[in-house]
Amino acid sequence: MDFAGILTAINTKFGDGFATVDEEAAPETVQVSPSKWGELAPFLRKDDTLSFDAMMCITGIDEGAESENLAVVYNLHSMKQNHKLEVYVSTPRTAPKVPSVEQIWRIADWFERETYDMFGIEFEGHRDLRRILLPSDWEGFPLRKDYQFPDTYRGIVVDKMKEGWE
Amino acid sequence: MGVALEKELGTVHGEEMILNIGPQHPSTHGVLRLRVKTDGEIITEIIPYIGYLHRCFEKHCENLTYEQAIPFTDRCDYIGSMNNNFGYAVAVEQLMDIKVSEKVEYMRVIVAEMNRLASHLLAIGTFGLDVGAFTPFLYCFRDRERILDLFEMLCGARLLYNYIWIGGVSHDFPVGWVEKTYDFLDYFEPKIAEYNELLTYNKIFIERSADVGVIPAEVAISYGVTGPNLRGSGVRWDIRKEETYGIYDRFDFDVPIGTGAMGSLGDCWDRYYVRLRELEESVKITRQALDSMPRDGDVHAAVPKKIRPKAGHVYSRTESPRGDLGFYIASDGSDTPIRLKMRSPAFTALSCLDEIARGWMISDVIAILGSLDIVLGEIDR
Repeated sequence: MDFAGILTAINTKFGDGFATVDEEAAPETVQVSPSKWGELAPFLRKDDTLSFDAMMCITGIDEGAESENLAVVYNLHSMKQNHKLEVYVSTPRTAPKVPSVEQIWRIADWFERETYDMFGIEFEGHRDLRRILLPSDWEGFPLRKDYQFPDTYRGIVVDKMKEGWE
Repeated sequence: MGVALEKELGTVHGEEMILNIGPQHPSTHGVLRLRVKTDGEIITEIIPYIGYLHRCFEKHCENLTYEQAIPFTDRCDYIGSMNNNFGYAVAVEQLMDIKVSEKVEYMRVIVAEMNRLASHLLAIGTFGLDVGAFTPFLYCFRDRERILDLFEMLCGARLLYNYIWIGGVSHDFPVGWVEKTYDFLDYFEPKIAEYNELLTYNKIFIERSADVGVIPAEVAISYGVTGPNLRGSGVRWDIRKEETYGIYDRFDFDVPIGTGAMGSLGDCWDRYYVRLRELEESVKITRQALDSMPRDGDVHAAVPKKIRPKAGHVYSRTESPRGDLGFYIASDGSDTPIRLKMRSPAFTALSCLDEIARGWMISDVIAILGSLDIVLGEIDR
C-alpha cells in the first residue's frame, strides 16, 4: 500500500484530521500527538491490511534548544505487505511523555530505553524504563541540544579542551 | 533435569544463583556483561548490560560535517567497516540526490561483499571457538587475512577503511588488485567445502548447536532480529533483494534460509549454516561484479565539493553482514546533521537473548550468543 492509502486507512478508522501531514517539510510522514499515538499503534500492528509487524527504528530528535518540543520518530515496516510508514510524535520539552509501544513490538523495549537515556523522554507504560547505554548515575540527557557537559564524573575531571587541539 | 529423574524425585528446586558473565570474557565477543539468574545450571533470566563501549557516536556526528562522520561509522561495526561506510554513504546520497558513477557502484559492491566474506569468516570461526572447536578458527583467520591484505593494498588500512565516500570511493583499485582478487576467489571457493568438513558436519558441533536457542520467525520479527539471524529462522528477507540499493538488482544470487536440517528451524546451527552459505553467494556476487565492472572512470567524479543537504530527513537501510543497518539522518540545511541515528542490527539481535536463552544451560548461552554474531562496538556505538 502506498502512503496515501495508509493515511486514508488511518483517517477512516479514527475520523478525518486524526493524523496530519506536513506537506512541505515531511510529505511522507504521519504526525500525531502522544495520546493519539497510544490509540494508533495497536491499530497499525493488528489491522490486516496494514499489519506493520516490524519496528525498524525509533529515533528521538531535538530540533534545537530554542524549540519547545522534543520528538520521537517511529519507522515501521510490514513484512507481510511490504510497505513502510514513518510516524512523528512531538512532545513538550518540559515534560516529555509518550505512550510506550514496548508490548506491541518487543524491540521497542530497548529502543525506548535508548531514547529515554539520550533525551529523557518518558515512555508511559514501559515496564523497565532505565538507562541502557550510559551508567545509571549519569546526570542529564546528552543528545538534547541544551545539554551541559559535566565538569567531573565521579571525581574524574573531564577535559573540555585538550592542549594542542584546535 | 531429565524427565525420568523428575518423575522419581518430584520437582526439585536447585539453588538459585546470580552469576555475572563478563564484562571481560572472550565468549562475550567484546565488553558485554550478562547478569544471569540460574536455577542449578538452568537459566531462568538474563539481563544484558551494554554500553561499556559507548563512544557517543551520535553526539559526535552532530558536531561534524557529513564527510567527517565516515571514519566514525568504521568504528561502530569494526568487523564490517566497508558495509558501514556503504550504508552511511547511501543514506546521505539519498538525502542529497547524488547519483554515483557506474564504476563506483561496482567497486562498492565488490568491497562490500569482500568485507561480508571477512565478517562471516570471523563469525563462523569464533562461533566454533565458543563451542570448543579451535582449529576452524585458525582456518577462517588464515583466509580472512588474505582479504585484509587485499584491503590493505586498496586503502592502506586493515580494519577501519574510510574507503567509501559520499559520492565515490577514496581510491581507484590499484594496478593488479582485480587480478589478485580473482586469484583469491579461485583459492577461496574450494575452502568452503573444507569448513564443512571441519565444522559444519562435525558431530560434536551439531550436538552443541542443533535444537539450541530456537528463534521462531514471529519472535524474530517482533524483536527486530534481521540479517542471517532472521534468515536462519526461515524468513527469506534480504534488503539486497527486497529493497535494492546500489546495483544489487543486477546480480544473480540466492538468499539462503534455515531449514532446520539438523534440528529445529531457527536454531544455532541454522544461523551458522546461513552464514556459511552466504559465503558462496558473496563469492558469486563479487565474481559477477568483477567481470562486468567498467575499467575506466574517475572515482571522485560525483564527490560533492560542499556537502550541505537541504532541510529534510531520510531513513535508509542496507544489508550489513549482521542485518538491517539503518541510518536516520535529519538535516536543517547546514553542513552538520541535527540528528544522526544509527539503527544497529546487533543491538536488536542482542535484545532477544533473554527470551530465547531461558531454560537453557549456561554453556548453551555461550553458543546462542556466538550464533547471533554480535559486535559490541555497534551495539554501544
